[in-house]
Amino acid sequence: MTNTPHAVEEETFIEGPLYASAKKIYPQRVQGTYRQIKWALLFFCLAVYYFLPFVRWDRGPNLPNQAVLLDLENRRFYFFFIEIWPQEVYYFTGLLIIAAMTLFLLNSIAGRVWCGYLCWQTVWTDLFLAVERHIEGDRRDRIKLDSEPWHARKIAKKVSKHAIWLAIAWWTGGAWVLYFADAPTLVNQLIRFEAPFLAYMWIGILTATTYVFAGIMREQTCLYMCPWPRIQAALTDDQALNVAYRYDRGEPRMSVKEAKRAVAAGDPAGDCVECLQCINVCPTGVDIRHGSQLGCIQCGLCIDACDTVMKKLGRPTRLIAYDTDDAILKRSRGETPVYRYIRARTIIYLVMIGLIGGGMIYKLATRMTAGINVIHDRAPLFTTLADGSIRNAYTVRILNKRPEVRDFALTVEGPLGATIEVVGVPATADWRPVVEVGPDRTREVRVLVSVPKDQVKEKSVPITLRAADLFVGESVSAKDHFFGP
Amino acid sequence: MATNIEKDAVTGTSTTGHEWDGIKELNTPLPKWWVNLFYVTILWSIGYWIVYPAWPLVSGYTTGLFGYSTRGDVVEELNALKAKRGQNAAALEKASLDDIKKNPALAQVANAIGKAAFGDNCVPCHGIGGAGAKGYPNLTDDDWIWGGDLAAIEQTVKHGIRWATNKDTRVGEMMAFGKSGILKKDEVEQVVDFVRSLSKLDTKADVAKGKDLYAANCASCHGDDGKGNKDVGAPNLVDAIWLFGKDRDTMIDVVTNGRGAVMPAWTGRLDAVTIKSLAVYVNGLGGGK
Repeated sequence: MTNTPHAVEEETFIEGPLYASAKKIYPQRVQGTYRQIKWALLFFCLAVYYFLPFVRWDRGPNLPNQAVLLDLENRRFYFFFIEIWPQEVYYFTGLLIIAAMTLFLLNSIAGRVWCGYLCWQTVWTDLFLAVERHIEGDRRDRIKLDSEPWHARKIAKKVSKHAIWLAIAWWTGGAWVLYFADAPTLVNQLIRFEAPFLAYMWIGILTATTYVFAGIMREQTCLYMCPWPRIQAALTDDQALNVAYRYDRGEPRMSVKEAKRAVAAGDPAGDCVECLQCINVCPTGVDIRHGSQLGCIQCGLCIDACDTVMKKLGRPTRLIAYDTDDAILKRSRGETPVYRYIRARTIIYLVMIGLIGGGMIYKLATRMTAGINVIHDRAPLFTTLADGSIRNAYTVRILNKRPEVRDFALTVEGPLGATIEVVGVPATADWRPVVEVGPDRTREVRVLVSVPKDQVKEKSVPITLRAADLFVGESVSAKDHFFGP
Repeated sequence: MATNIEKDAVTGTSTTGHEWDGIKELNTPLPKWWVNLFYVTILWSIGYWIVYPAWPLVSGYTTGLFGYSTRGDVVEELNALKAKRGQNAAALEKASLDDIKKNPALAQVANAIGKAAFGDNCVPCHGIGGAGAKGYPNLTDDDWIWGGDLAAIEQTVKHGIRWATNKDTRVGEMMAFGKSGILKKDEVEQVVDFVRSLSKLDTKADVAKGKDLYAANCASCHGDDGKGNKDVGAPNLVDAIWLFGKDRDTMIDVVTNGRGAVMPAWTGRLDAVTIKSLAVYVNGLGGGK
């Protein structure tokens, strides 16, 4: 009996810590093809992000001249020549589907290129790392600095690093709010502390998130917070290009000396010399030689690092390279690797992108600059007039998506002898009431449709209400019903 | 619970010791910062107790340092609405009914206020959307007993109809011709059938006699041609709209017992802006003539 608690304790004891402390990663500087591609993309992405709000686009009078503007107050979204109203939010749905499909397509061809090159987490972390490296030095210096006790030089370095990080983070938040208002005006207001509180609040929030995610969280964001690595693992196959260690060439690992000895003895010798450069340069601290893994964002920096070593040793480069699991396996068996980019999944993704993209282009090309929404009065469904004719009332909203005032002539198509009138709007000579709608505005009017007594034969007849801009020659219509006794 | 902890050969990680149908779970520890964030949220919740209403007490509750209450939110929003309406109300108060009709922006505000006030005050009798009911006029048609222009409607809303306590109220009486003995029972039927013949409805009694009786008793208010008189609120008897119904029995009842439907005067209960807005809205219901 006395032994039991002890035995249970022993059995349930879990080896190792319950919670893992994050291991600080000190990525080493690296030079090479992929590093250059990453720099180019980093500058491109950041330039677009920081300067796009300042690009102007002339839309004529009454409309903003900012190329990209999310006007939440007036509920309009401007993207160069496109103007989207809240009713057309399905364009965003289309864009999101295309974005997802493009991500999947890229993944089926070249793995996590999004993670490695284009994701904002990667781009800003890369930028923050560059700042850190510039101030605190490369990997060894940083490890050494962190292990030293606090002294004046260390404090100066740390303070200036965090100050620059915060400055970048602040600029990031600052650029964000410029997408929601006229950029030059807002910049002016921000400087003179006259901008709306909301602007300062969002700058504050984004400064904090940028600083925390790119400066402090870094790879922890990818490892623990991002859902994409989990989804990606389920979407990939052995034909996708991944940053891969070619174990068929690398194994068994041994030093240059050992390799010479092994070759002399007729034993197999791999090209990997266990220099650990691939791990040292890795921004997420993984060992690529373990194969594709959750932590690997496939940025290709280990390829550059390994190539540098291989060149020095006079061995062929690309021991680590973009390659498929299938190709490496085939090569290790002495077969010729086959690369198949056209597969069922790539075709399906392409077709879906094409279909949705095509549909969106069609909708945009044929986009109406007017609209009409009709609601039939619920009570009363119909009214008997003094002369016995029957009248139905409708609430009609006319949308004018052009930047000028337009006149819409309202007509009704349906039962014989149906006449239309608009409350508060005089009818013109040809019995068509003309409703004036302001530029880029909507107008709600009460529309009355009357049908002579002898023409009302059924309880419900379909009718069509049409609003026509006779000047532009555009007409929109909506179907509804005309009710009688 | 199985507690068989072992080292996993592939990963080198130990298992949690739990096993479900042969599936074992690796002990992959959470990152420390994640756990720390959890502690931070606990601390945060304590902050909530202090600044927001949180704990029930024997009578009442802890109110919190911010003094927040959802009722306070509502009051604030109502005040904001009042302030917002204040500007529009000032404009409406100054504008004449014709000004409102000519100014679409003002008319829109008046319509909105009128619609809300109609729902609160008028719907019980006149029905949702002004559909009316037997004895309560339908406001969406083009027949107005006391006039359908803006001024007439405003007058009706302000002072009511046959509303004894309002000195400006409009009065017009449909007398109880049968009950008071002015017309005998058969004479009532004759006059009813004459009126029915004007609208080509079926008749039983002597229409010719009814015509004479009509001229003697009814024409003074309803007119020689039966088209009514808005000044005394005498309905048009030759149109397709019948306030109390067009069946013969109902009409006999009306002539025998008379009618005197009442509309309350709203002055004093509703402010001038609301009444003006109601006039605009109701005028719009009926076509805005």
